[in-house]
Amino acid sequence: MELLERFAAGDLEAFEVLFRQHQKEVYAWIVRIVRDTGIAEDLTVETFWRIYKHRSQFRPDGNFRAWARRIGTNAALDHLRQAHPESELPDNLACASTGDPALGSERRRQVKEAFHQLPAKYRLVATLALIEDEPYANIAQAVGISESLVKVRLFRAVRMLRKKLNSLRPEVTTK
Amino acid sequence: MSNEELDKEMKELLKQAIAPAQDSELRRDLWPQMLRKLDQQPIPVATVPWFDWLLASLAGAALLFFPGIIPALFYHL
Repeated sequence: MELLERFAAGDLEAFEVLFRQHQKEVYAWIVRIVRDTGIAEDLTVETFWRIYKHRSQFRPDGNFRAWARRIGTNAALDHLRQAHPESELPDNLACASTGDPALGSERRRQVKEAFHQLPAKYRLVATLALIEDEPYANIAQAVGISESLVKVRLFRAVRMLRKKLNSLRPEVTTK
Repeated sequence: MSNEELDKEMKELLKQAIAPAQDSELRRDLWPQMLRKLDQQPIPVATVPWFDWLLASLAGAALLFFPGIIPALFYHL
């Protein structure tokens, strides 16, 4: 019996093989959304727990990778929804740089604050599209929506961000 | 200013404030953690909800007390 068939039938050894094959990729996707290594590890485990829980819904001829990514995205989205809105944006992830020195710390704080206040589903799309440069098609597949809806959410996220930034400090975005 | 220009401007602003993730590599095997979670939160066995049992009981009782509806039921099936 094939690995995916054995997994769908509830074979724990097959699940372990799939876990070890895909854990790095699922983690790498989630950490880019939640931007906290500890939370991303927990969410990776949560993702695979959900995968195992719903194994009977998986078609063995389907794409496990895409399925796992979608469940991981949902787990990350649930986390963003539950996270306290007043908490700071997690920042323990190694980033490309510590930020543009030309951009003042106060302005950076404002942008972070405005971004963190976005509703979870908009923040998710904006993080992947604007910060991580992920193609719309990948985001659409991971979230389970159309590319058009990804663009709509992105447009709304940008509009909300501009509005929040304008209310915080008009000179930030007005030209 | 067009939407694309606005997106680009916001993208630059965001990237300056929140840099893209550079190190997204998993440092350790999470399988032991997975096993612990499976021990602590076993996958629930699929159970029939109580209202399904109630509906089945009501349907059974109806067939028992009013057997005349059986032909009508077969007719509509």
